[in-house]
Amino acid sequence: MTPLLQVQELRKHFQVSVPEGWRQRKANLRAVDGISFDLHAGQTLGLVGESGCGKTTTARLVLGLTEATHGQVLFNGQPVAAKRDATWRAQRQNMQMVYQNPLGALDRRLNVISQVQEPLLIHGLGDALSRTEQAQDLMVSMGLPKPLWHRYPHELSGGQRQRVVLARALILKPSLLVCDEPVSALDVSIQAQVINLLQDVQERMGVAYLFISHDLKVVRQVSDQVAVMYLGHIVEQAPPQQLFSEPLHPYSQALVSSVPSLWQRSNPKRHILQGDPPSPLSLQSGCVFQNRCPHAQAICREVPPRLTPLTSERQVACHLVSEQAVLPDAPLESLA
Amino acid sequence: MMRFLVIRFLRGLLTLFLVLSFAFLILRSTGDPAMLIMSADAPPEALEAFRKGWGLDAPLWQQYVGYFKNLAQGNFGYSMRDKSPAMDLVLERIPATLSLALPAFALKLMMGISAGVYAALHRNTWIDRFLISLSIAGYTMPSFVLGLMLVLVFAVGLGWLPSGGDATWQHAILPVITLSLGGAAVLARFTRSAMLEVMGQSYIRTASAKGLVWRRVVLHHAMPNAAIPTLTVIGFMVGSLIAGAVVVESVFSWPGVGRLLVTSVANRDLAVVQSLLLLVATTMVSANLMVDILYGWIDPRVRSGQAGQGKKA
Amino acid sequence: MNTPSLPDQSQTAAPPSLAQSAIQLIRSMPLLVRLCSLWIVVVLGIALLADFISPYSYSQLDLLARLRPPAFWGGSSDHWLGTDELGRDVLSRLFHSVRISLLVAFISTMLSATVGVLMGFAAAHFRGWVEQLVLTLVDFQASMPFMIIALAVLAFFGNTLVLFIALMGFYGWERSARIARGLTIAANEQGYASAVYDLGASPWRVYLRHILPNIASTLIVSVTLTFPEVILLESGLSFLGLGVQPPMTSLGNMVGYGREYLQSAPWILLAPSLFIVVTTFSVSMLGDWLRDLLDPTLN
Repeated sequence: MTPLLQVQELRKHFQVSVPEGWRQRKANLRAVDGISFDLHAGQTLGLVGESGCGKTTTARLVLGLTEATHGQVLFNGQPVAAKRDATWRAQRQNMQMVYQNPLGALDRRLNVISQVQEPLLIHGLGDALSRTEQAQDLMVSMGLPKPLWHRYPHELSGGQRQRVVLARALILKPSLLVCDEPVSALDVSIQAQVINLLQDVQERMGVAYLFISHDLKVVRQVSDQVAVMYLGHIVEQAPPQQLFSEPLHPYSQALVSSVPSLWQRSNPKRHILQGDPPSPLSLQSGCVFQNRCPHAQAICREVPPRLTPLTSERQVACHLVSEQAVLPDAPLESLA
Repeated sequence: MMRFLVIRFLRGLLTLFLVLSFAFLILRSTGDPAMLIMSADAPPEALEAFRKGWGLDAPLWQQYVGYFKNLAQGNFGYSMRDKSPAMDLVLERIPATLSLALPAFALKLMMGISAGVYAALHRNTWIDRFLISLSIAGYTMPSFVLGLMLVLVFAVGLGWLPSGGDATWQHAILPVITLSLGGAAVLARFTRSAMLEVMGQSYIRTASAKGLVWRRVVLHHAMPNAAIPTLTVIGFMVGSLIAGAVVVESVFSWPGVGRLLVTSVANRDLAVVQSLLLLVATTMVSANLMVDILYGWIDPRVRSGQAGQGKKA
Repeated sequence: MNTPSLPDQSQTAAPPSLAQSAIQLIRSMPLLVRLCSLWIVVVLGIALLADFISPYSYSQLDLLARLRPPAFWGGSSDHWLGTDELGRDVLSRLFHSVRISLLVAFISTMLSATVGVLMGFAAAHFRGWVEQLVLTLVDFQASMPFMIIALAVLAFFGNTLVLFIALMGFYGWERSARIARGLTIAANEQGYASAVYDLGASPWRVYLRHILPNIASTLIVSVTLTFPEVILLESGLSFLGLGVQPPMTSLGNMVGYGREYLQSAPWILLAPSLFIVVTTFSVSMLGDWLRDLLDPTLN
């Protein structure tokens, strides 16, 4: 079955000017540097990584909000255009995005129900009466009852606002929803509610999610597959249980080990990364992770590793893992 | 910092160039200056000779090039009325204007800054409120009204001071006061808010908590920091001085550059207007450049190149 | 559905009616601002009703009654504010001058706001060289005193009323442009505008339905502060004889022509001068108060 979303060798490079003494040097910022993945309908792909690793850029490329320097994105087998013309606008009905900051994403001068209806208005679907009805029904099903409908965004709580943003994104019944840190700005207890809501919606409406976050616990809960990004590359991809219990890539290991767990006993063995992440501006050959990898070898400095499948469900981009199944240092006890 | 200044300088040159091109464009695209100066019933040959004399019948682009060539050679055209070189006319009036503008500028600075600082230090007392209202009145009152009122009171009513002309130094008193009050009001208000903002900062509280004498805190810490945004306003003040001079000189019949501008505009004496325009533009550009330099000198952040983008929005 | 929903409580209160909001607004004004608003209403009334409330036509000559003082200064009650050098009634001329001056200021302010907003939007929307062009123009405008630019244009083009208003319309556009550009960029980059674009809205919709309403309050404040400045500018130019030309009369005009009679008949220029000052003061005060109300962080 064709995947809903196919991303192939996607690259996005930005031209930036770096001040250097008197003049300015032109440099290439490789925000996304050759990533590929598939997403099937009704599934969730979680994308994790540090700030600046290219997650948000990936999201924007997938939705056609930015133009790729190289590679392509196929949605339902059709390439996603990045040009903002009428075709692009029509495509919006099928793919939407939810952001980290719900207050910023809403117009503070309009009440929430009119904002939830707006996508229908934009695409000319239905008449005034049916639009209002659809909006009302959707809002109720998302836990936003009638008294809230005519309120303004700043009159709602953070969790309610995020539901409004979700409702607005879902009213067009898209098949793909890209969620960029949707719960990071919310309290933990509210996070759980919103996560449940997202899963509920997925069951009911069959929406596929590209779920981007730096919060591993959350990603673990919602994803069918998790991809770990580092400096514009996907370094590992696996189902959450396998990834979290047995991370293979050194970076994944460090990430997973950094999540404090209630079940860990004292003095956990942490993989602490040395050094600072290198700037995405600098050109270096070989693996992007070499500067911080405790296992770096000569080959790692020469040849960039490709993301290769190990099993039907797992892929890793590391020379050392493809040669042998496990690395010298055994990973930590699992986060069961 | 150097890079910043070089950019500013180039921008200044660009502004000058734009001003001159602007002047040229409208100069040559309007009605027929010959008709205006020589009156409608002059014989056509005379008009034609006039036009040729002023170079008004060559194709436009040729005139444009010739225009800049002229400027480069120091030829700014001739006053259509006096037949003397336009720039000379302008230059000989500059001292008169300066004798008003310089004292007014100094007065503005003194009055404005001291009033503003005083108001900030005595915030919310009646003096503060009084000064604020005064300063609002200052910039809502047009200078010609102010000038005329002063004349009415001091010249006509009380007879203490003369009302026009430039015979003695007493003649300069009312014009200078008129010229300085409006700008002083703006400066006072601005200084006050700059001071208030600075004084609210934590480093001031720290300095005073350290036990420093209040006066020292104000002089050494508060004022220099408040000076930074105030500097930009001073740049504007130069502009408003020029604009103010135009009106004030007309009210008081003071034979300066401003009055010349008004009469030239009324007479459509284009060469003079253009020379004046160039003069004003050069003054503004230099003033802004100096403000930028001072800015860089006072504000260490600019010097180190961090705030190199300047404060434009 | 296992997401809890609130019990269906009472509806949120109905939004207050327009009249109620207006009364609330007036109540919140300090005394001075109230007085200023009252003056503004009076002035507007004069401007609108000038034809009806003027005892005489503003250009009606009466050479036998030249330079008569106002009624409270020793003159007759035929002319409440006296007459000028051609026997014209100062009060009627005053009313008409108010109308002309306000008209010019109003149209110019609207023009400059519109031009400014459009330029600001263009700069923010297209970025690139368009933005650079707009910024250069803004710089240029901000770096020269407008009076000088105005004089130059007047020298070259003459001063019919239409031209004059168009010229005044260029005053202050750079402020609106800066505001529009800044706020639009913010909205586009991280805010509500980009979200609505992502929904598939066309730029027209985003600008008209979302951005403009959001920046309206900031713009309004800027406009209320520009308005008095235009009045001052126009009256200054008219005073110099380069603005509104006779037979039309404006406030600055009256002061200019009355100046010769400063000693002998000061009332000719006192009334318009008073009007200029009080009106500009009132609008400035109102503008200041509005600014504090709408956006205290702007100071």
